[in-house]
Order: sequence, then structure tokens, then C-alpha cells
Amino acid sequence: MSSREKAQVLDETGLDRALTRIAHEIVEQAGGGEDIVLVGIKTRGVTLAERIAAKITAIESTKPSVGALDITLYRDDLGLKAEQPVVRSTEINFPIKGRTVVLVDDVLFTGRTIRAAMDALMDLGRPRIIRLAVLVDRGHRELPIRPDYIGKNLPTSRRETVAVLLREHDGVDRVVIQEE
Amino acid sequence: MAWKRKDLLGMQELEAAEITDVLDTAASMKEIATREIKKVPTLRGKTVVNLFYESSTRTRTSFEIAGKWLSADVINFSASGSSAEKGESLLDTARNIEAMSPDVVVVRHKASGAPALLARHLRCGVVNAGDGAHEHPTQALLDLLTIREKKGHLEGLNVTIVGDVTHSRVARSDIFGMRKMGITVTVAGPPTLIPAQCQELGVKVSHRLEEAIAHADVIMMLRLQHERMEGGFIPSIREYSRVWGLSLAKLERCRPDVLIMHPGPVNRGVELAPEVADSPYSVILDQVTNGVAVRMAVLYLLAGSKGA
Amino acid sequence: MSLLIRNGRVVDPAAGSDAVQDVWIAEGRIHKVGKALRPPAGTETVDASGKVVCPGFIDIHTHLREPGFEYTETIASGTRAAAAGGFTAVACMANTFPANDNRAVTDYILARARVEGVVRVYPIGAVTRNLEGKQLAEMAEQAEAGCVAFSDDGKCVMNAALYRRAMEYALPFGVPVISHAEDCHLGHGGAMNEGFVSTELGLSGQPAAAEEVMVARDIILAELTGAHLHIAHISTSGAVRLLRDAKARGVRVTAEVTPHHLLLTDELVRSYDPNCKMAPPLRTKRDVEACLEALVDGTIDCVATDHAPHALSEKEGEFAEAANGVVGLETAVPLLLDRLVRPGVVDLPTLVSRLSTAPARLLNLPGGSLAAGASADITILDLEQPWTVDPAAFRSRSRNTPFTGFTGTGAPWMTLVGGVKVTP
Repeated sequence: MSSREKAQVLDETGLDRALTRIAHEIVEQAGGGEDIVLVGIKTRGVTLAERIAAKITAIESTKPSVGALDITLYRDDLGLKAEQPVVRSTEINFPIKGRTVVLVDDVLFTGRTIRAAMDALMDLGRPRIIRLAVLVDRGHRELPIRPDYIGKNLPTSRRETVAVLLREHDGVDRVVIQEE
Repeated sequence: MAWKRKDLLGMQELEAAEITDVLDTAASMKEIATREIKKVPTLRGKTVVNLFYESSTRTRTSFEIAGKWLSADVINFSASGSSAEKGESLLDTARNIEAMSPDVVVVRHKASGAPALLARHLRCGVVNAGDGAHEHPTQALLDLLTIREKKGHLEGLNVTIVGDVTHSRVARSDIFGMRKMGITVTVAGPPTLIPAQCQELGVKVSHRLEEAIAHADVIMMLRLQHERMEGGFIPSIREYSRVWGLSLAKLERCRPDVLIMHPGPVNRGVELAPEVADSPYSVILDQVTNGVAVRMAVLYLLAGSKGA
Repeated sequence: MSLLIRNGRVVDPAAGSDAVQDVWIAEGRIHKVGKALRPPAGTETVDASGKVVCPGFIDIHTHLREPGFEYTETIASGTRAAAAGGFTAVACMANTFPANDNRAVTDYILARARVEGVVRVYPIGAVTRNLEGKQLAEMAEQAEAGCVAFSDDGKCVMNAALYRRAMEYALPFGVPVISHAEDCHLGHGGAMNEGFVSTELGLSGQPAAAEEVMVARDIILAELTGAHLHIAHISTSGAVRLLRDAKARGVRVTAEVTPHHLLLTDELVRSYDPNCKMAPPLRTKRDVEACLEALVDGTIDCVATDHAPHALSEKEGEFAEAANGVVGLETAVPLLLDRLVRPGVVDLPTLVSRLSTAPARLLNLPGGSLAAGASADITILDLEQPWTVDPAAFRSRSRNTPFTGFTGTGAPWMTLVGGVKVTP
């Protein structure tokens, strides 16, 4: 796609299989007793959460609630940037108090986004447990954050970027590594 | 983000993209009001000073709530009982406040141009909360947000502003802002309350209420101040309310989906019959809710960035 | 004491002459104007080659602020500003504190001027006591003390019956009554010109009608009484039209215009800079054009600065609260030379006439001429001198000018009063 593309790490089938496996892992850990809700981090995390929810429905016959979380207001780098980042809306139309929340994001990198997402969730209610599902873990953590469910472990160098392209946004399903 | 300004002084200098930025940000932030814990850490450690030379409980409270929900420290400075009464000039007051390192100063003043004066002299961002008869940009922004929410879009709508346009900063800001977003604006009122060469602002001018509101999608009623009788602008409040006040009967000849708006506070029985103010056509309370959201968005855009 | 000004372009509209000549001054008076003059050996010589030598400029509308407002200007500083600006004489308005409405104040001003002033000072007395518009001031005594005109400038005498009486009473003294034409009700609260700019800015405006209504009234009163009416700081096209009609009818009316009303419009007020605030306010382009046309064709008789010093605290802050007025003695001549003479809007002899010949004639003052025997009040100009308006360099105590940063070419080079250099 881009001239900077270095390698494709997941194709359409691989991506789908990863999500299926994550869905099974979530269901297995819940053991049928837990009340799972999925909260995707905007923007592509939400799409992935929707897809995982659909797969869980296929397994369990009940669809878990899916919410969308915008973490802009919780970022730790506001005021360091030349312009304010765009604020999108948070739509979590169900209570999260006392429930198991699985945060879903596309790429886990420094961990700061997840830190912000956890603070946001706490302001919205008090979950019983927060777990983390990511499609790609590319390493280089700056905070002590670890995912519970991983689609693919992908060691990268700092100079590289990982792009998750999804049909709903980009017309295709693939994950690629790009050089800066 | 199109927004790069240090200050928000008026609608006149804004571009449509910047207005859209504010509206979109405000719309996203509305949800904070519905939470149990109405707080986000975004402006934690930032100081917002409300410098209000004209008394105004509602606008000041709106800015205060907006700042506090964003975790900012909000300080209120009202002119009465302060050094302003002892004769301290506006600039001296501002410089004194600046020495305390605020991040944003929100100012309301009876002199047109006062916020511009402050913005020139202060390092921090300045928000105009109303200067004389000149501009009240956050009011226009919340009006636009309310209309966009209810109608789904802004371009192509017909808005009629009724009342004392000459003395109204809300009218000016609405006119400037609405025109940028593609709204056709009509102003209506007695000739004594319509300013010189008003049509050159790009609005239609009407001196007959019924004709002016017949096709309006939105009717914005302006507040009539009682002092206007003294300047010879109107003969009496009674006559004004009979000719220019909005009653249910007059409303019946308007579009069935018309919105009634008012910047507040409403003079019940003067601009609006009480039944109209409380009718389903009225979105006056939505305006107030949206006021907090818009002010949160403005504080976010001005206080956070190091831009401009 | 002798002085020879050699080889300058001598422009004397009163004599109808404009040629390179010498001017020989002796004992403070013009001795002779001619080519290749030979005064006695040892006579001091000023080489005016390439310069323009004119009869000294006279500003008939200045506020010297003394007594009472010395923190903004004094006779000492104001006359130095005048000299720097190329003026050899100023007529100062009566709105001092106490007002110049009785001979004690007139005597005071003249005494201070004798000691502290560097150019000639002609006091203008008040029309009404304390400029309140209720009771006539003692104009007979004031005229005797040396007042050259009467004016309540700063305010308008709203009572037509009283103003009529004032004009009648002043007749025997042979001096004009100068009107600040502004209906205080129509103009009430107006901080700028009423028009599209004031509508956009939400600043309350004063319509041109506020000035025109009073110009019309004062012309009619002048017709009724036979007085010489002089209209101060005329600024609107409507007022110019009234003036033109009145002159055509033979009414004894004259008028002056300020440099800022010839060069600036109300668009400047968009900056909300209080240094653009004065009464009458800056008007529209159409008004500026009408005034310029009238100045060129002589309908407007002269230029006067309306030099109105104000302290920083009076001109800093909210526009609507700021005091009215701008200084002008040091900027008038450079601006007019660069913006009017240079592009050919007005020719130099006409401008000299509007700055010297006409003001002298209007107020019946000595000056405005380089005829032999006249007092050697001379303004020498350098048409090639580049300048930038820098208020910090003003001789005036005040800095309130709308022209900060303006640049141009052409400025006063030397000013002499009674044959004595008062600048540089």
C-alpha cells in the first residue's frame, strides 16, 4: 500500500484467526460465570471489539455489550503538542460497575494509551476487573502494562511503525510494518 | 484541528473550519455531563480566571462548571467590591492577574474592545464572555451547536433574530457565526433598534414580525432591556411586547418544526409569552446545557495548547 | 539684529510670489525680499538652497492646557511642539482649568507665554462662563485683554437663543465666534462615527447629523446677527455642503479642517486604539474626500491641528471610556507635505496659504505674509527630509497620536519668530 511498507505481518486470514483465538480465550477465562463487556479504544480498537463481540456471540449465543472509549481527555501529553488533539465522543451506554471490562486496542506500544484508558474507565464507574486485549504487541513499554490477550507478538525497532488496516476503515484487512 | 488561536475574541475572525472544530469538540464532551463523576483530568493544574466586570451569574457559572469539570482551578473575580471600584484601570487589573500566571482569562466587560485590549497585553489566552454590544462568541457557538443538534445540519437554514439588535452582542456574534456556516439570517425589530447600515452585515432587515418569522427554521428572541424606553427607542414595554413579543397565536403561523431560542434571561411576557417559553418549540434549556459543553471545548482548545 | 535667508524658494501667497529669492531680516522684521540681496558684512546667513521659505505657519486651534492640566501640556512644552512642527504662532482654546472666561486667566496665559513661550500665543476666550452654555462670559474685557476669538470649543452652546446673543455681543470686538458644532443629544454616548464600522464593532456612534444640525443652526444664527462665524474642525460632507451654500449666499462664515480628518477614516477604529478617538470622530472615506476637495478649492479656509494633549492614563484602556483628542502640532506639516503636496493633491502655495495666509487673515493676526515691515515669523521647509512619526521624540508632553509609525518625506526645517530661530 504505502511506499514505506517494509513487511506484512498479518493478512486477512491471519487477522481473522487471531481475533477468533482471542474471543475463545476471553470466553474460556470468563468460565461462563463472568459478565463480560468489551470497550474498544477509538478508533480501530472499537472495530476490533465489535468483531470480537460477534465471534463471542457465535460461541456463546449471547452478545457482550460493546462500548467506545475516547481517551484524548486523559492523555498525558496534552500541552506538549502544538495543537490540541481532536476529541471524539465516548459512548459507553451500559454500567461498568462491578463487571469485567476487556479493553480492546489495535497496537500496544508504550502503554500510555492503556494507562489513560484505565483512568477514563475509573471515572465512568468501578469495574470489578479490567483485562486487556490487543491485536499486536510491538514492545517498547514505558509503563508497567501487560496485555491479557495478544493477537501477535511483534518485535519492532523504534523507528518502525505498525499499521493495522481494517476493512471498515481502510478497505482491507492486514497488518503491516512501515519504516519512518 | 483547524484551531490554532491563543484567544477567542469573537466570531467575526473565525473560519468555518474553526467553528466546526469547536462544535465537534463540544459535542464529544457533552457526555461528561451525564456521568456520575463529572470530571476529566484534561486541564488539571491549569488556572482559569473569570474576570467579570458586568454581573452575570449564568455565564460565569457556566464557565466555572466547564473549567471545574475539566479539573482546572477556576478563580472568580468580579468587579464590584474590588480594586476596580477603587479606580484601578482595566490594564492594571489584568497585569496584576497575569502576575499570578493564569492559563486562560475569561473576561466580560461593558466596553466593546476590552477583551482585545487584554489579549494584546496578556501572555495567556483570553476568552471574550461579552464585550459591550460587540461580541459574545461562546453564546453564538452554543446557539450553533443547539441548532445543529436539532436540525442535523446548519447550511441552508433560515434564522430570524428578533429584537434590540443595536445593543446586542449576542445578535452580532450570531450574525457573524451563522453566516460563516451558510445560514441565511434575517433581523427584525423596530427601526430604532436596528443599527445603521445593518443590511451590509449580509442580513435581511424586516420591520414586520409576522413576515420575518413566517419561513424561519429558528427564531432567536433577544432580551429587551427596560432602559430602552428612556433613550426614546420604544414608547413603552407594553407596546413592544404586543407588536414584537412572540405569542402562541403568532407561532401558529410559523413552520411546525420551528425552534424558539433565547440567550436568557427571558423577560416572560415581553419577548416571549410564558406558554411559548415552556412550549415544545423552545430549546432554551438545551442552549444552557450546550453552553457548558461549548465552554469546555473552548477552554480545552485554548488552555491546553502552546500554539499560535 | 540682521539675518539673511539666502537662496530659498520663497513662497508668499499674499504677494502672489513663488520664486527663488533672498529674505533679509532686520530687527525682527522683514526688511526686504529679492534676488541677490547684499546686507551689511557680518550678517548671519542661513543657506536655504533647496528649501522652501514661507510666512510663518499659524495654528488657530490648539489646546495648551495651561492653567489646570499641566500634566498633559504647558505653554512651554506646547509652544516648543509648535515650533518643532513649523508653527510660529498658535491660538489656544479656552477649556483650561479655570476656563479662560475672564481677563484674569487671559492675562495669566499671556504672561506665561511671554516668559515661557517660544512662539506667539493668542488666547481664545470662552463664549459662556466656564463653558457651561448658560451665561455669557465677559467678552468685552477678554477682547481688551487680547483674546482673538471666542469659543466654547470642547462643547457646543446648545441654547440657540444664548448663542445668538453671544454672536451679537461679540460683534463690536471684530473677532470671530468659533463653533464646536456637535448637538450633544444626537451625539450623546457616541464614541465614534455612526456608520457600518460602528455597527460591526458594537460601539455606539455619533451620526454626521450631530455635526451638521449645528453647522446649519450656527450659519443661520450668523446670518441673523451678521457675526463672523468660524466652524472648528469641520468633518462631514454634509457640513461642507452647508458651508459651500452659505458662502455662496454671502454669509460671513469660515471653516478649518484638521489633518486627521483629511487623512484617516473610521476604519482605523477597528483597532480599538483610543489614539483614534477624538471629537468630531474620524468619518468615512466620502467625508474625507469632500473635506479635501473643499480645502483645495478654498471652501475650507485653513488647516488647524486641534492639538489636544492627553496623559497616557486618559488614552489607555477601553475605547468608550477614553478621552477625546489627539496631538497634532508636530505631525501636521510633515503629513500634509507628504500626503497632499507630494502626490499633487494640493500645490505648495495653496497649502502655505491654508497654513499661514488664511489663518492670519481670519483672526486678523499679524503674520501670514513676507511683505517688508512684517514681523519676521518664518517657516522654512525641507521637502526632501524623510521622517517617521515617533511619539517618544515629541516636544509635547503628550504622546496621543494616531500616526505612530507613519513615514514620509518633507518636514519643517527651521522656524523663526521675530527673526529669532526657535528651532532646530
